[in-house]
Amino acid sequence: MTDEIRFEHISMEFPGVLANDDISLSIRNGEVFALVGENGAGKSTLMNILYGINTPTAGSLYVRGEKVTEFSPKAAINRGIGMVHQHFMLVPSFTVAQNIALGREPKKGKVLFDNKKAERLTRELIEEYGLEVDPSAEVRDISVGLQQRVEILKTLYRGADILILDEPTAVLTPQETDELFEVIRRIVREKQMTVIIITHKLYEVMAISDRVGVMRQGKLIGVENTCDVDERKLASMMVGRPVLFDHLEKTGDPGEVAIKVDDLFVADNRGLPAVRGVSLSVRRGEVLGIAAIEGNGQSELLEAITGMRKINRGRVTVCGNDATGKTPGEIRAMGLSHVPEDRLSTGVDKVASVTDNLLVGRQKEKRFNLFGFHQRRSTVERYASELYKKFDIRGAGIHTEVGSMSGGNMQKVVVAREFSFDTPVLVISQPTRGVDIGAMEFFHTRIIEKRNDGAAILLSSADLDEVFRLSDRIITLYEGKITGEFKADAITKEEIGLYMTGTGEGAKA
Amino acid sequence: MNNSGPSFWTTASSTLHFMLSSATPVALAALGGLLTEHAGIMNIGMDGMILMGAFVAAAVAAIAKSALLGVLAVIFLGVLIGLFFALFTVKLRSDEFIIGCALNTLALGLTGYLADAWFGLDGIRIDMTIPAMQNAYFHNINVPLIKEVPFLGDVFSGHTAFVYITWLLVIVMWLFVYRTPMGFWIRASGESPDTLRTAGKNPERMKWIASILCGVFCGLAGASLSLGKLNCTFVENMSDSRGYIAFACVIFGGANPVKVFLAALMFGFFDALGDQLKVIIQSDLPYAYLVNAIPYVITIIMMVYVVVSGQRRRERIAKQQLRKLEQK
Repeated sequence: MTDEIRFEHISMEFPGVLANDDISLSIRNGEVFALVGENGAGKSTLMNILYGINTPTAGSLYVRGEKVTEFSPKAAINRGIGMVHQHFMLVPSFTVAQNIALGREPKKGKVLFDNKKAERLTRELIEEYGLEVDPSAEVRDISVGLQQRVEILKTLYRGADILILDEPTAVLTPQETDELFEVIRRIVREKQMTVIIITHKLYEVMAISDRVGVMRQGKLIGVENTCDVDERKLASMMVGRPVLFDHLEKTGDPGEVAIKVDDLFVADNRGLPAVRGVSLSVRRGEVLGIAAIEGNGQSELLEAITGMRKINRGRVTVCGNDATGKTPGEIRAMGLSHVPEDRLSTGVDKVASVTDNLLVGRQKEKRFNLFGFHQRRSTVERYASELYKKFDIRGAGIHTEVGSMSGGNMQKVVVAREFSFDTPVLVISQPTRGVDIGAMEFFHTRIIEKRNDGAAILLSSADLDEVFRLSDRIITLYEGKITGEFKADAITKEEIGLYMTGTGEGAKA
Repeated sequence: MNNSGPSFWTTASSTLHFMLSSATPVALAALGGLLTEHAGIMNIGMDGMILMGAFVAAAVAAIAKSALLGVLAVIFLGVLIGLFFALFTVKLRSDEFIIGCALNTLALGLTGYLADAWFGLDGIRIDMTIPAMQNAYFHNINVPLIKEVPFLGDVFSGHTAFVYITWLLVIVMWLFVYRTPMGFWIRASGESPDTLRTAGKNPERMKWIASILCGVFCGLAGASLSLGKLNCTFVENMSDSRGYIAFACVIFGGANPVKVFLAALMFGFFDALGDQLKVIIQSDLPYAYLVNAIPYVITIIMMVYVVVSGQRRRERIAKQQLRKLEQK
C-alpha cells in the first residue's frame, strides 16, 4: 500500500484557538482510516483542510505525492476527494439527481440543465455501487438514511476515490449503520477507494477501520492498527486518562408511580400528528428510557409532559396531580424538573451569566430576595458558587457568559440547576449530546444517583448506548406510537433497532 | 346591442387592456425580486430601485432626447443599484430589512431633489416630449394579426414595448430559474448555501448575481413607468409602492416566474377595475378616490390568504395522514 494522503506538520489556528497543532499523518491507499477524538479535538478541522474548506496556517499536505497549493472544495473535488458532512449538504427542494449533479450539471444544448441525463447518470451510479434510491424523488421526502446515500453518491458522481465521512452514523439506526458499513467495505474492496471516517463511537472504529488515529486538543496522540487496540485503550487515549466504563450501581426498588401518561395525542410544529395514543408510567426509583429515531414523536412527547406543547387528547399526571394543559411553571410546582433537548434554545440564556442561569426558577425564593423586588446578590452568588463546584463546571467562574462556554459545561449548568430542585420527577432529553466522554461519565453517574435516591426519571436520547446504560425499562417509539416495551437487560440493541423502525412485530407477523 | 354609452364589450376590453399595461411595471420588478427571493435575500428595497429607475430613465431620455438611451442608462443604473444592495446585504452582511428601507427612503428623497434641481419644472415633475421618440418602438405597438381580431385586438394590441418584452421575460426567467445550472445555483444559494459551497460554487457570487439582475429588472420597471407613455414623465414618488406590491407577488407566486406574473396580472386587474369605477361613480364624489386603495387592500387580503391557506393545507395534510395512519 502506498501513501494516498500525507499531512506534514499541519497546524491550523483560528483566532484564539489552535485547532490543529503540528499534525503529521499518512493515510494509505485502499484503507479505512478512523479518526477519533472528543468534540473540539480538531478532527473536523483536519478533514476540512483535506477537503479545502480550511487553509492550514502552517505545514503542507500531499495528495498522491503531490503537494497541495490551492485549498478550495473545488480543487479538492478535482483531486478526487469527497466529503460527507455531519450535517448533510443537500438542497431539500431539489430531486436526488439534481442534488447529485449540482455543480457539475449535464447540459442540453450548452445552456439548459439536462434533467433526464442527470437521472440516467444517477441510476448508473446506483447500479454500479448498489446504493438504492429513487433519482427523481425530492430530497426532503426521503429518510435520513437515504439522504446519506445521496451524499455518498454525490461524491462518487464527482469522481471521488478518497471519501471522508464526518460522524456518519450519528443519525442512523443500527440497521442503517450496518448497511452503511457494508457499502464502505464494498467500495474499498471493489473500487480500491480510501475511506476516512470521523467518529466518537469506539465500537464502530473496531467494526469498520483498518487503522485508527486518536486526536486530543488539536494534537494527534497516536496512530494504531485497529487490531492492536481495544475500546478501553482508545478511550483513555482520547481523554488523556483511564476511562472507566464501570457498571453503574443501581440500587433500591421502584416505588409509587410519579409520571402517568394516558392515551396522549400531540401535534408537531407543522400540525401533523406526532404523538398518537401514547400511554406510559414511570415509578419512583426507576429510569424509563425512550429509544426512537429522531422525529418519531419523542421530542413532542416530552414537551407535552413538561407543559411546553399543547395536548390534543389524553391525560398527563405528575405526582398524582393532573398536569394536562398546565403551564410549565405549574407542572414544575408539582415536582418536575426538565433537562430540555436543545439546551441553547430552551436550556440556558446564552447571554446571561452562569449565576443568573443557575438562579432561574428560584428568583422568588425568600432567601434570594428582599420584599419581593431586591435581589440579594451575595446570597445568590454564594449559592451559585456552591453549585459551580458541586457540578464541576469548568469556565472562567460564576460570572462567565454561558454562551461562551463549551457544550459540556453549558449542559452542566442546565443539569446543576435542574437537579438542584430535588424534585421527585425528572424529564431528561439528550443529556450528553455534543458532550465529551469525560463529562458523559459525570452525567451518567449523576443521573443514576438521582434514580437511586428515588426520583422517577423519563429519559430520551439519540444515543442508544446511553439509553441502555441508564434505563431500567425501555420503550420504543415509532411514528408516534409505542412499538415495544422491554426490560433493559432483556433485549439487545439489534432487536431494539427493529422496533425503532416499526418492523419489530411486523417482521414476525 | 341597443344600450347607449360605452357597451359592455368596450368597457371590458379597455379594462383588460389597462390591466395588462398596469401589471407590467409590477411584473418586471417582481421578476427581479423573485431572484433575490430564491437567493435567500429579503428584498423590500424594490420600491426604491423602481423609483430610481423611473427617474434616471426619464432624466437621461429627456437630456439625450432618446428613449432608447434612457433604457440603456437604466440598465446600467440597475447594475449599480444591485451592486450597492449586494455590497451591504451580501458582503457586509448588514440587515436586509434596514438596507431595503434605507434604499427606499434614499430613492424618494434623492429623486425628488434631483428632479427639482435639474429640471425644476413643476417642482418635481419632468414632463418632456422626446422628438426622436414620436415614431419610436416604445409605445402603441400594433400587433399585426391580432389587432384585426375584434375584442382581442383591443386587449392585446397597442401596448408599449415594455409590455411585450415583459411577457417574453416571464418565459425566459422561468427557463433560467428552473432549467439552467445557474438557476439551480441561485436557488441553492438561498436554500442551502453550504451545499453549494461544497459543490465548488460560491453562494455569495450567486447572491451578487441575483441582486444585480434584480436591480436591472427594477430599473426597467421604473423605465416602463416613466417612458411607457408618449412623453417621458417623472413625478415624485412615481413608483407609488409598486415595489411592495411586487414583493407581495413574489411571495404569493412562490417565486415562480409564471405564478408571480399571474399575481401581478391580478393586481393589474384590480387597478384597472378601480380606474373604471372612478369613471362610473363620478370622480367629484368625496370618497371616490378610495377606489385607488383597491390594489393595496387586495395585497393585504392576498397575504392573509397566503398565510391562512398555508395553515389550512397543513391541517388538511395532517388530517389525511392521521386518517391514513389510523387505517393501518
